[in-house]
Amino acid sequence: MAIKDRMSGNEALAIAMKQINPDVVAAFPITPSTEVPQYFSTFVADGTVDTEFVAVESEHSAMSACIGAQAAGGRAMTATSANGLALMWECLYIASSSRLPIILACVNRTLSGPLNIHNDHSDSMGARDSGWIQLYSENNQEAYDNMLMANRIAEHLDVMLPVMVCQDGFITSHAVENIELVEDDKVKAFVGQYNPENYLLNRETPIAVGPLDHFTHCFEHKRQQSQGMMNAKKVILEVSAEFEKMTGRKYGLFEEYMTEDAEVVAVILNSTAGTAKFVIDQMRAEGKKVGLIKPRVFRPFPVDEMVAALSKFKAIAIMDKADSFNAAAGPLFTEITSALYAKGVFGPKVINYIYGLGGRDVKTNDIEFVYNELFKIASTGKVDSVYNYLGVRE
Amino acid sequence: MSSKKELKTVAIDVKWRDITEGGMIPYAGNAHLFKTGDWRSMMPVWNTEKCKQCLLCFPVCPDSSILVSEEGSMTGIDYDHCKGCGVCVKACPFKALDFVEESK
Amino acid sequence: MAYNLKEAAKRPERLTGGHRMCAGCGAPVVVRQILRAIKPEDHAVIGSATGCLEVTTFMYPYTAWKDSFIHNAFENSAASVSGAEAAYVALKRRGKIEGDTKFIAFGGDGGTYDIGLQSLSGAMERGHDMVYVCYDNGAYMNTGIQRSSATPKYADTTTSPAGKKIPGKQQWRKDLTEVIVNHNIPYVAQTAAIGNMKDLYEKAEKAIYTKGPAFMNVLAPCPRGWQYNTPDLMEINKLAVETCFWPLYEVIDGKYIVNYIPKTKLPVKDFLKAQGRFKHIFKAGNEYMIEDIQTEVDKRWQALLKLAGQA
Repeated sequence: MAIKDRMSGNEALAIAMKQINPDVVAAFPITPSTEVPQYFSTFVADGTVDTEFVAVESEHSAMSACIGAQAAGGRAMTATSANGLALMWECLYIASSSRLPIILACVNRTLSGPLNIHNDHSDSMGARDSGWIQLYSENNQEAYDNMLMANRIAEHLDVMLPVMVCQDGFITSHAVENIELVEDDKVKAFVGQYNPENYLLNRETPIAVGPLDHFTHCFEHKRQQSQGMMNAKKVILEVSAEFEKMTGRKYGLFEEYMTEDAEVVAVILNSTAGTAKFVIDQMRAEGKKVGLIKPRVFRPFPVDEMVAALSKFKAIAIMDKADSFNAAAGPLFTEITSALYAKGVFGPKVINYIYGLGGRDVKTNDIEFVYNELFKIASTGKVDSVYNYLGVRE
Repeated sequence: MSSKKELKTVAIDVKWRDITEGGMIPYAGNAHLFKTGDWRSMMPVWNTEKCKQCLLCFPVCPDSSILVSEEGSMTGIDYDHCKGCGVCVKACPFKALDFVEESK
Repeated sequence: MAYNLKEAAKRPERLTGGHRMCAGCGAPVVVRQILRAIKPEDHAVIGSATGCLEVTTFMYPYTAWKDSFIHNAFENSAASVSGAEAAYVALKRRGKIEGDTKFIAFGGDGGTYDIGLQSLSGAMERGHDMVYVCYDNGAYMNTGIQRSSATPKYADTTTSPAGKKIPGKQQWRKDLTEVIVNHNIPYVAQTAAIGNMKDLYEKAEKAIYTKGPAFMNVLAPCPRGWQYNTPDLMEINKLAVETCFWPLYEVIDGKYIVNYIPKTKLPVKDFLKAQGRFKHIFKAGNEYMIEDIQTEVDKRWQALLKLAGQA
């Protein structure tokens, strides 16, 4: 019997962490993820969890301590945003290459500069080559559910990679919405115990972690790391299937909303997908065949499945809440179009909208505008401009 | 504490599927298999007659190459690892270690 | 138990030969003694910052460490080991592991005085039961002898060369030991590998077996960077101590103890003359530099004695 409650996205993350009760949480505050370690500290202080909470002096130390703790044989978790994620940048790469299944809650906020505490995806997108599995969440429910599944995905022997669970800062992290929680004992049974074979605290077999790895062996280590990411897709689907059995909530690699007979679709990450669903419902009522694809798993990037899902549409708008500043297109656009091209799919016309940077509000008429543009492209077959900005004052 | 397991290492031509995950090595102390004795151009030679077993040479060796028995007596020099730095030679108060050119 | 070299020599060797440190390097000499102070039945988790010690002792696939070892990055040895210590506390509390494990983080002066200062400060402030050992060779040696805040004034390094216009490093050494004393941790020690290693060993033992954070700053001469012949290592260590350039002292729960006051304090130029990195200060016209250094050494030495009530 699920527990019906209502809470913010941050509180949902903290509750998930509480139920998982990891060995170590090492975190440093940064808006808008701050509440996560705050809530968790209350659990620690009240004895609701018996986690060792390490109030580190910076995010770089937060990830460093997580690496030390996970290598030692414990479960380590942290939470951060924006420049916090940026500050731990080198450690992200070390965590994944050392094959440490650390869990990080990334409450998406724009990277400085300029300084801005609001939501966009420049932080997690900036880390897309760090070797971390990335799961994106539309709302508090998805963030909570993704957190519950994260350890099972990360710690799978075929994967052994860290996982980043993303949700939009302020928009969902601070908004109170309804949620269905899973009972403590069910979470405990689902997440299970972390029992690594090799760990620093193993008295019988001491290990050394983090070598100087010359060109004689480094490439083999990186290839092996890459395999872990390739294996992750299957594992994510298996864990999600098991999660569905427990909760009735189904998760795949991405969500398809009203796509069966859609002519045009938008591809949107996180909370703006929710706005899009509202717009779709309205436009469908007017007989317009619009749809949405909302990626959940960005890393690993599900090439085959994404291409299969997109190939039938006449026009696609890929919405990026982050800019690559490459004078070409945003990150999601780049990944999807390269997948389409590599798989020989040239049918759909694909355009890019950079939107919502620095927390610029995304309104329903913005989404409507996008769909209307897509209909124009679908009927004329002409694309005037691929790389576009939505919502900026021109 | 000390692992009595036989020291193992990873082959230079190991394929990626077989390499140890994440660069982790579960063979503590296996550097002992790597010989650094060929770094020498000078070498210490132990003069057992002059040696008073003071053991002052033992801790000053950067390469743990002054061999000491379980009873606490110096028994010799590990030429597989001695790099010929000469620190032990100078540290010996009884001039019981000669410093000579490496004999090929 | 009073220190006895013979007894100590019977303990298992925790750093094997086969590492790639330069012949005559002062750092592994320091490390060997410190590790020997761990009780044979105790397990240890050792961390090291990127630097000479780390790249040479864990070069895939060889590890010279008989204990568990973790290297993470350059500036986070303290944070990484503090995380391992936190996991140990949690896992022990949950009954998942048994026995006593000691946590020792190593870092060079680069990874400790400079880039690693924040991480060290945080770990010490948080009260983790761990030891941080700085092996101070007075420059970023691993990357080619660049100046650090631990480099002595006037020393020739590759980023503070003794040039025609500027004669070496222009700043005084940072007193990191004092910085850490002011973190109010149970045990702080400054030591060096001299004589039969009694000072170093006993301080290591105290640091490792004092509950809570402990810090050791240990001189580690570098024959390449300091420009002296390799066999002179122990002589250089001795001169550093006898000239009071590198005082041997401890601060136990805030109380200072100067462990060694030389009967005859040698002039600092004896220490400087033995190293090629100071050869330019012995040129005619540069006498003021030696005087400068002597004044500063004396000032700091007197201040230390005063703190210890041993003036």
